[in-house]
Amino acid sequence: MTSLDIVFILVAVVTGGAAVMTVTSRNLVHAALFLGVTLAGIGATFLLLAADFVAMVQVVVYLGAITVLFLFGLMLTRAPIGRETLDSRNRPMAMVVSAALFGILVVLIVRAFGSNQFPATEPISSSVADLGMAIFSTWVFPFEVVSMMLLAALVGAVLLARRQSGDSGTETRVTPIREALDDSTEELDRAPAELGSGGER
Amino acid sequence: MTLIGPLVLAAFLFCVGLYGVMARRNAVLVLISVELMLNAVNINLVAFQNLVWTGDADATGQVFALFVIVVAAAEVGVGLAIVFNMFRNRASINIDDADLMRW
Repeated sequence: MTSLDIVFILVAVVTGGAAVMTVTSRNLVHAALFLGVTLAGIGATFLLLAADFVAMVQVVVYLGAITVLFLFGLMLTRAPIGRETLDSRNRPMAMVVSAALFGILVVLIVRAFGSNQFPATEPISSSVADLGMAIFSTWVFPFEVVSMMLLAALVGAVLLARRQSGDSGTETRVTPIREALDDSTEELDRAPAELGSGGER
Repeated sequence: MTLIGPLVLAAFLFCVGLYGVMARRNAVLVLISVELMLNAVNINLVAFQNLVWTGDADATGQVFALFVIVVAAAEVGVGLAIVFNMFRNRASINIDDADLMRW
């Protein structure tokens, strides 16, 4: 077992633990922050696999942009806190299904790739120049298609998120906000018990 | 360094994301779990790229990982726009309530 293996095991334990906390946390903001820890761990895994540029893109795009986007999403939707409001009824079934899938995948991986080692003891560093050559020579057409897809996603997100063109403003916003306020007062009535139970953990 | 480690980590992250997609009711948390699954696929791509790396300019696995990252970013943008729309119309982002198109 080399030192690279030890570092990888540490990174994997942190990443897996943060991922489990992401899907089981009762506090939504904590879930988003644990997602940030998970994504940073995956970026460290990319570094250990000698993929420098992908690790950098992972940090910039995921840690810098997507985590903040999720935090804004949670803030703007004023989501409630508490397990019974966050988890649906089919939680035991979901646990069984994902555990079974994980078992099957681990057995298959060990049987198929159990003897494979990475070719070099020292990971070969892939230069960014090779990556750029690959993108802009072999994969230039998929690259352009991806750029068109980004443009379409941008236009679609703007169209979906803005107010409808015929609305006059105040009336369209009053109804959902009043409903939301009713919901939030209900949440406030039973908030202390949930906050107490959540704080012990 | 063996190949099993990154592959098992990727499988674990994928299954955790699958659990999150099935067990959560909040739409934003479901999107977070989908992100976990996409990242697990990225680990697989980079690991196999590293396995078949021969030294010449062949970085296909990392190129595909970058494409997956771009697609995931676009998916988060459109998905959050849909969630905001749902919250504006129904004052709730509970997925169990969104059964308007159920037959």
